[in-house]
Amino acid sequence: MHINRRSLLKLSAATLAAGTAGLPAVAQGIDELVIAYNVTLPSWDPTVGPSAVNPTLQGLYLSVFDRFIDQNPDLTPAPGLLTEWGWTDNNTKVRMVVREGVSWHDGSPFTAEDVAWSLDRAGRDATGNPIQFIWSTLTNIRAEGNVVTADVARFEPTIFKWMYFLTGYVLPKAYYEKVGPEGFEAAPVGTGPYMVEAYERNAFVRLKANANYWGGKPAFDRVTIKFVTDAASRVAEVESGNSHVTLEMPYEEFDRLKGRAGLAGTAAPVSDIAMIFFNDIGPMLDPNVRKAAVMAVDKRAIVDRLLSGYGVPIDTLQTPEYVAFDPTITTPYDPEGAKALLAASGYSTANPVRFTIQTTRGFKPKDYEIIQAIVGLWRRVGIEAEIEVYEIAKHFELRAADQLAPAAFYNWGNSVGDPTTSTGFAMFGPSPHSVWDGADLIEKIAPLWGEADEAKRIAGWKDVDRYIAEHALVLPLFQYVQPILHDARVKVVPHASGALLPHLMSPA
Amino acid sequence: MMFARRLAFRLATTAVTLVGVAVIVFVVIRVVPGNPIAMMLPPGATEADIARLRALYGFDRSIAEQFLIWAGGVLQGDFGTSITARRPVLELVLGRLPATLELATLALCIAVVLGGSLALAGARWRETRTEAAVDVTNGIGLSVPDFLWGLILILLFGVVWPLFPISGRIAPALAREFATNFYLAEAILRLRLDLLGALLAHMLLPALALALPLAAIIAQLLKQSLKETMHLDYVTLARTKGFAEGRVIRAEALPNAVLPTLTLVGVQFTFLIGGTVIIERLFSYEGLGNLAIDAVINRDLPLIQGIVIVFAGLFTLINLGVDMLYAALNPRLRRG
Repeated sequence: MHINRRSLLKLSAATLAAGTAGLPAVAQGIDELVIAYNVTLPSWDPTVGPSAVNPTLQGLYLSVFDRFIDQNPDLTPAPGLLTEWGWTDNNTKVRMVVREGVSWHDGSPFTAEDVAWSLDRAGRDATGNPIQFIWSTLTNIRAEGNVVTADVARFEPTIFKWMYFLTGYVLPKAYYEKVGPEGFEAAPVGTGPYMVEAYERNAFVRLKANANYWGGKPAFDRVTIKFVTDAASRVAEVESGNSHVTLEMPYEEFDRLKGRAGLAGTAAPVSDIAMIFFNDIGPMLDPNVRKAAVMAVDKRAIVDRLLSGYGVPIDTLQTPEYVAFDPTITTPYDPEGAKALLAASGYSTANPVRFTIQTTRGFKPKDYEIIQAIVGLWRRVGIEAEIEVYEIAKHFELRAADQLAPAAFYNWGNSVGDPTTSTGFAMFGPSPHSVWDGADLIEKIAPLWGEADEAKRIAGWKDVDRYIAEHALVLPLFQYVQPILHDARVKVVPHASGALLPHLMSPA
Repeated sequence: MMFARRLAFRLATTAVTLVGVAVIVFVVIRVVPGNPIAMMLPPGATEADIARLRALYGFDRSIAEQFLIWAGGVLQGDFGTSITARRPVLELVLGRLPATLELATLALCIAVVLGGSLALAGARWRETRTEAAVDVTNGIGLSVPDFLWGLILILLFGVVWPLFPISGRIAPALAREFATNFYLAEAILRLRLDLLGALLAHMLLPALALALPLAAIIAQLLKQSLKETMHLDYVTLARTKGFAEGRVIRAEALPNAVLPTLTLVGVQFTFLIGGTVIIERLFSYEGLGNLAIDAVINRDLPLIQGIVIVFAGLFTLINLGVDMLYAALNPRLRRG
């Protein structure tokens, strides 16, 4: 075959035409739902390693696996693989009833043995489950028929909440033992709404609907989740019609595109909150400084002006969806009151109190700009804060070592909505996540960890939140709103945990 | 003889370079802020949990001890296990390397063809409006960085005129068609035009974004070299023999003028591979660069080490290859 320039050009054009033939036809119906996801999935085992405690990855895991207990979009628990659960024998044992008629993706029957094995495995030190310290509170786990029972080694009031939280997944005992960890990574098997058909690391996962799903077959037969980590590229994916759904983009872009023909937007509050840690060092030991720092921040204005209104101002570390939310605890914006408090401690705009505030830049929407605005508000009342930008990895390291600056911006996620996993771990001195070490607060929180009376426990946490607000031990800012941009032909049900779940999507 | 001596010397310096890179990388990523254990701490973890995790990943030993264990493993082909992916580092890196190599090679081909064509046109119609147009084109190509070209191309050919896919290496439904990770080479060898077309459609925009700045550099340098060569006696002789100007440039001037460009292309190819890090991220292309960014974000120290060592090895090998090729093509160096 003789190839000249003309024939080569023709061949190239034909080849590229063949390649672009698969581009989406916007006017057609959706056969395969394509989602542009904001993170990549490094590992398939949802119970081991750092990925297991990454909140952003839970949406991917929940498409393939089920947790012990299901969770409704409003964060409340719902029967899942367990249909009943509770403590027995004066809180010394637990009893769980396992759903019958469920199959694993490989067709084998799901049994109570799978639940018992998953719980036992999660509690073993050698497994590498990051939440092992919670799971290990259950011992002597055994299955009889469709009932699983266990002894309570240490009473943990939130144990059943962890069953619909991080690492609370049920894995297939027989399959896992047969293929081992590497085989499981290569071909994961769950009971979830979708089965893994193909997976390319850093590229995509292609899912096929589980026709036998106990919760009903999902609306879309096939779903491709593309890992598109760059926000601009994700927006372009939906704008060009290459993807049908995406999330986490600048709010300005969301507002610009949601009204366009063929596109729609869903924005709902999620369980992530923005907050500023106060470390009890230097000027933060002065209650007047802390209280003034809280009173001087106009949260509503920050949400409206910097986040285009996409945020819910909060005054405690609880959002309205959390079980210990108390709307009567408020910390109003009061710049004059802040000035008076600072004056009582000898500070003024002419003689400001000085400290450092740390923040990430670009890790969360407008994080740096928000801190710039807060520093501006503080300056008006007599607080001169110097901004130090760091990477999120450094934040974790400094926080674990209790070496954060006097003030440090962070976003705290709590998709289970319990006060222990918000106020508790963020403010309890001995926790590696807390930098406030005051003995008074430790004494108030300590009895609540093992409180068996649920009403008393929640009331106790509300008291703690009130104490924290009155003494300004932390500065809660706002609850994030998650923007989801999608094709108008897709109906998206947002989940307050922030997980983008394809099985909650259907043709509009 | 001199060629062999030169090769031996370069191989020795390559080995020393790789050892140096290994030591520096190992120490630096352990000194910079960002402790991987702190990043994976669950709510409620205690000091004992932290100690348990540190021991699990071997971070409870001294840096020297960790290095010796790691270096011993590397010598036996074991680069450790990724903290986040929980897979052998070498498997992950070698799995992604072909994608990056194919992207960089395609970008290099585009840059050479585009830059070479511009240079030839500029030299052929020197001191005319064509040369001015070539200079302006070069200026634009040089002043816009590759990631910005990427955004421009996404906007133009992904959004305004959606002609090409803007993410991934191939359509997910077609990925299972390949037996190796060298998709492009495999599609060509198997004469699968459908797969080749799908691959090129995905790779064209990221490759073009990488290629445009390099094409401008090639065009600039080659045009200048050609113009200088055009004044030499042997070129004038060819012209007096009645050869057409185009043939004089291609057959007489180009072989001599291309040598400095060849060296530059070799050096720039390494930068091109470095540039894939951002471009792969932008186009969600599953190459080594994309893997590297995830590794850095997650402070996956074993994976960072593995990627850097492979990148360093690749760069030194490319430089070595270019050096040897230059020596082989240049008669003065070849004969000593």
